[in-house]
Amino acid sequence: MADGTSISANLAAPARAAMAPPSGMRKFMRRRSTIAVLMAMPLILLIAGLVIWPAIYAIWLSMLNKRMTQFVGLGNYAFLLKRNTFQLVIFQSCLFAVTAVILKALLGFIVAHLMHNIPGKNQRIWRGLLLVPWVIPLALSTLSWWWLFDPSYSAFNWILNSLGFQSVPWLGVGWNARFAVIAVNVWFGTPFFMIMYLAALKSVPEQLYEAAAIDGAGPVQKLLHVTLPMMRNIIAITVLFSLIVTFADFDIVRILTAGGPQDMTHLFATYAFSVGIQSGDIPLGASVSLFMLPILAVAAFFVLRGVTRRTQEIAA
Amino acid sequence: MAQVSIRKVVKAYEGNVQAVKGIDLEIADEEFVVLVGPSGCGKSTTLRMVAGLEEITSGEIWIGGDVVNDVPPRDRDIAMVFQNYALYPHMSVFDNMAFGLKLRKFPKDEIKRRVDEAARILDIQALLERKPKALSGGQRQRVAMGRAIVRNPKVFLFDEPLSNLDAKLRVQMRTEIKKVHQTIPTTTVYVTHDQVEAMTLADRVVVMNHGVIEQVGPPQELYHNPATRFVAGFIGSPAMNFLPVRVLDDGGLKVELANGVKLAVPPQRVDRYGPYKGRQMTLGLRPEHLTEIRDTEKPNVVRIDCMVDVVEPMGMETLVHFFIDGEPVCARIDPVTHSAPNEVLPLAADLNNMHLIDNESGKVV
Repeated sequence: MADGTSISANLAAPARAAMAPPSGMRKFMRRRSTIAVLMAMPLILLIAGLVIWPAIYAIWLSMLNKRMTQFVGLGNYAFLLKRNTFQLVIFQSCLFAVTAVILKALLGFIVAHLMHNIPGKNQRIWRGLLLVPWVIPLALSTLSWWWLFDPSYSAFNWILNSLGFQSVPWLGVGWNARFAVIAVNVWFGTPFFMIMYLAALKSVPEQLYEAAAIDGAGPVQKLLHVTLPMMRNIIAITVLFSLIVTFADFDIVRILTAGGPQDMTHLFATYAFSVGIQSGDIPLGASVSLFMLPILAVAAFFVLRGVTRRTQEIAA
Repeated sequence: MAQVSIRKVVKAYEGNVQAVKGIDLEIADEEFVVLVGPSGCGKSTTLRMVAGLEEITSGEIWIGGDVVNDVPPRDRDIAMVFQNYALYPHMSVFDNMAFGLKLRKFPKDEIKRRVDEAARILDIQALLERKPKALSGGQRQRVAMGRAIVRNPKVFLFDEPLSNLDAKLRVQMRTEIKKVHQTIPTTTVYVTHDQVEAMTLADRVVVMNHGVIEQVGPPQELYHNPATRFVAGFIGSPAMNFLPVRVLDDGGLKVELANGVKLAVPPQRVDRYGPYKGRQMTLGLRPEHLTEIRDTEKPNVVRIDCMVDVVEPMGMETLVHFFIDGEPVCARIDPVTHSAPNEVLPLAADLNNMHLIDNESGKVV
């Protein structure tokens, strides 16, 4: 009979509620959506305080004059676009981000494939080793690279010299320095692509490859018709994510070249730092760092829309 | 159109574990052969070796007069239907079916003609533009078969194609597979663990266990004349009853059950079982040969009284479970016959259909 009593006890509560309709406020508090919003409030406040507020503040800052006493609207942006140095920064940032992301994606894809074919336990060791560049604090590893690129005492030039070649001023000449900065970013970012692609590769069902083999596909056709279509979402997301992070890159340029020689390696972040902090024009620095926001936002919108569409198509 | 020969084929994995232990099998052109056996018996491995998805450790596999041991799957001219269909999720049904033909550089109109024809046979014309995600299990199964049919291959391979479907659909698709084979007679190797599928589909059934072939034969032959205790127990549902008996001469050849009941061996079997006099053997008797006492009695039908343990009414028949000296026994009786647990029920054992199994070799004698 214990069961019977507990059932009647449960029935009693809704019955009482039905008899006396609750007031408007109580009804509002009882709604599931209200409770959900209340429970998510700590996180909402955290995000508002740490993300939304600084973002709005940065936008506000970018619309002030240098002494931050006057509202100038989009004046800072118009001023920046007319400056040759800033045009160079736009070009360099795009060159840096696009080249580095393409190279990282390509290398990551190749390494992930090689890794995927290493059997069992050895794979774990290699995976761990290849993740190292991504795990070391970037500022520290960039210092090592700075030393490697040193014109007089570096390992690279020592090797070149012992092979009978001239020393190369790695960080002293514009295009060399640009190459060096991109190379370090690729070295640092490839493991991220590798690990994401490796996970994606592992999630492609083996039977699809078997079916393709029987259908008549060779290795290249399997790659084109099975692997790539199955990995498209991961590729899109990693490329988008990496593009955003690479556009915002600061450490490598700051440590290797500090934007030089002759501003030829400056990116948005380092230029914003140089203008805003070092030269003391905080509003102008803020407008530099906000410059890519609309473009990246639009790119993100289209990429993520494609991802959602394909997910709905593929997910069984 | 092709024969398939499997000759002394062995598959060994690392650590010298043999999944397939040197099997021989000749499959005729247009024949429908079903490999059946419990999990891990080597049936799927055998199929995958025919497909070229597993390497052969030793032995030879011939397809249509050629040794294909070192021929990659794509050059074997075979088509395979997988257990989980293995449809390409990013391609439409049409593209899934056309993929193999596109890779083989068939002209566009020929591809369309073949896909349309296969879609008509399988009744999936309305689904050609859909993605696999938008299909039900049965429809996916049809597409997977369509992908095999359009290729018009030498051999069809099926790897447990119905195990992901619900019971009703499984019966329906079973019939469809048989119909497709009648419409397009192609050499077919079909793997399943379901003996009903094996019995209903096959021209010949191959029963495998522990990497060896136990018996090959038409379904009826396997059912009525099993070669080994394993085949006897595996084919048929509910399974054959096995009872320990002693063969003895007690005014004629008899078998003595563990509870002391002696059953006379039918005269036509006396010569066959005579040499085993004095030996401990196993008596095999199918549940349908253990029935209620009927008015018209055949010769060699003997009465056994049982204490009923469980009664399972199935509608067209009733299964009665009881024990003979601790061994579980199942009988199939007419549903109108009264039977209830813990009551004594007189049963008739039809010894014309008895099997006597040698305990040492496991062979039916």
